[in-house]
Amino acid sequence: MKILVYAEQQDGQLKKSAVEAVSFARQSFESLGDLNITVLLGGQVDTQAAADLGLYGANSVWMPAENTLNAFEVHLHSLAIQQALAESGAQVLVMAHTYCGKSLAPRLSVAWDAVLAAGVNGTPECAADGSWKVQRTVYSNKGIASYAVSGTRRILSFLPNALKPVECGSPCSVTPWNVSVNTGAAKTRSLELQKVQGKIPLTEAERVISGGRGLKGPEHWHLIEDLAEVCDAATACSKPVSDMHWRSHDEHVGQTGITIKPDLYIAVGISGAIQHLAGVSSSKTIVAINTDPEAPFFKVADYGVVGDAFEVLPQLTQAIRRLRKG
Amino acid sequence: MNILVCLSQVPDTTTKISFTSDNKELNKAGVQYIINPYDELALTKALELNEASGGGSITVVHVGGADAEPVLRKALAIGADQAVRIDTAPVDARQVAGEIAHFVSGASFDLVLAGRESIDYNGGLVGGMLAEYLDWPLVNVATSIEGGAGGSMIVCRDMDGGREKLEVNLPAVITCQKELTEPRIPNMRGIMAARTKPLQVLAPQGKGADMHVLEHALPPSRQACQFFEVHQMDELVEALHQQAKVL
Ligand SMILES: Cc1cc2nc3c(=O)[nH]c(=O)nc-3n(C[C@H](O)[C@H](O)[C@H](O)COP(=O)(O)OP(=O)(O)OC[C@H]3O[C@@H](n4cnc5c(N)ncnc54)[C@H](O)[C@@H]3O)c2cc1C
Ligand SMILES: Nc1ncnc2c1ncn2[C@@H]1O[C@H](COP(=O)(O)O)[C@@H](O)[C@H]1O
Repeated sequence: MKILVYAEQQDGQLKKSAVEAVSFARQSFESLGDLNITVLLGGQVDTQAAADLGLYGANSVWMPAENTLNAFEVHLHSLAIQQALAESGAQVLVMAHTYCGKSLAPRLSVAWDAVLAAGVNGTPECAADGSWKVQRTVYSNKGIASYAVSGTRRILSFLPNALKPVECGSPCSVTPWNVSVNTGAAKTRSLELQKVQGKIPLTEAERVISGGRGLKGPEHWHLIEDLAEVCDAATACSKPVSDMHWRSHDEHVGQTGITIKPDLYIAVGISGAIQHLAGVSSSKTIVAINTDPEAPFFKVADYGVVGDAFEVLPQLTQAIRRLRKG
Repeated sequence: MNILVCLSQVPDTTTKISFTSDNKELNKAGVQYIINPYDELALTKALELNEASGGGSITVVHVGGADAEPVLRKALAIGADQAVRIDTAPVDARQVAGEIAHFVSGASFDLVLAGRESIDYNGGLVGGMLAEYLDWPLVNVATSIEGGAGGSMIVCRDMDGGREKLEVNLPAVITCQKELTEPRIPNMRGIMAARTKPLQVLAPQGKGADMHVLEHALPPSRQACQFFEVHQMDELVEALHQQAKVL
């Protein structure tokens, strides 16, 4: 089976989701045999980094020869992917359900006339008749739905962090690829980019430390940030915290904020309202820190501390420092 | 501007989810339906854009059965001028987008607004698919929308690791993220006026769906919480390290 993987880059660096996408394709379809994975890079990156995608199962990598795709413009990328689909003869396109993926996948589903299974939370189960069974969370993490996917063309987008990349091969060839679309096909003009500097992007983070109204005010957030720093975590917050501008909106998780799925989610001074849990309840391990032993968060947490955040946080930070040093 | 707002109806955010005995569908007993929160923002933004420019009209469209009419009436009460319901059960995003695209191509809209995602099936797909069907530009996950008079708009959108400000020519499809504005509550006059505003029911084009649900399940229940005292942080860290293997 021929698969095209779309691998995202930003500023010439492969994104974490690029490796995940290759590994996802390999782990999903390895058992079917005769698998050929071509990777289209969404822009130019370091050749070695590109070749290393072979470690995760890519057979070949196409590096755009022109700089047309280096900045993300959804219409240009959509056309380039269509070109690569035609040239590779792939029947399946795999990509991550990131902001880029969420813009591209629906356009491509219509343009390439493919069945789209978007935001699946694990590898598909492949049946003998060629159909797949995929799962995704619905009703904001309050339910899981299984779907049957069939059809001659299929697009599969997976939630970031849904699976651990596995090394299984060796570096592969990187081929310069001529992009036939030119920038004139863009339908939007970028005026300004604001990048969050030096922070771990929330959707990619393996660990997340999140603060709620229990922290009493923005001046106490160093407690959250210190803890995040010792465990290489991203920071997040509940909705009221971003509504009151204690923290910026891009940190708000939950039903109306970002949905995340980290390995570790530590909720500090957050009650655990159903709308908050909707965005975080599929985290692998949940720790809740709350003064109120009746806080709903303890019902979904794996580990809990009933206590004052102002006392618990410095101690927890210290304890992790000791572990890291020891 | 002539603006179309795509409205889906979703279970109220506090709904406890359960499924019918064959697990095929949501158990609708006692479920209160609301306008999808992002679509409510889209509608409010449409009103603000037209109030600022002093003209235009706002249509809301829903693909679904008659049970959605209360939600459409609410949209009229908030300030939409007319509502359209395409009378077919929504099954998947490509079907819904196809129906809306068919309706849009027979009308003359300058702008289509949809939500970033519906909070029931959380697909976030209808807007993008609609843009492709229409061959219009797409700006996904917009946090601010301005302009429109000169045939283009300035939009800020969320992206991975940041935010981008961009210019897009009209007509376009834009999907709406919170922060765009605050939802409006309908007032008495709006509610009275809504009764007489047109709510048109259209026959579907009959486009089929690709994605059919085999079954639903509730998320696996978690183990009971293991508690630690404030002075036991080393023990907690040890558990996270050895047992959960997340540190
Ligand atoms: C349509 C809709 C959508 C929503 N979407 C979201 C969403 O996406 N995300 C979201 O988060 N919310 C959302 N909400 C809001 C949600 O219902 C809750 O109101 C919100 O999550 C509460 O935030 P909080 O837990 O920080 O604050 P609170 O509910 O005020 O809880 C504060 C907690 O801190 C504890 N506490 C107090 N002092 C301390 C201390 N010193 N140390 C430790 N603990 C302490 C308290 O016991 C309490 O449990 C939504 C609501 C609606 C209606
Ligand atoms: N049945 C529907 N009728 C009209 N608009 C819809 C419908 N379903 C989804 N939409 C629109 O598409 C957006 C994204 O929905 P979804 O792709 O289901 O997450 C919603 O916020 C609505 O604006």
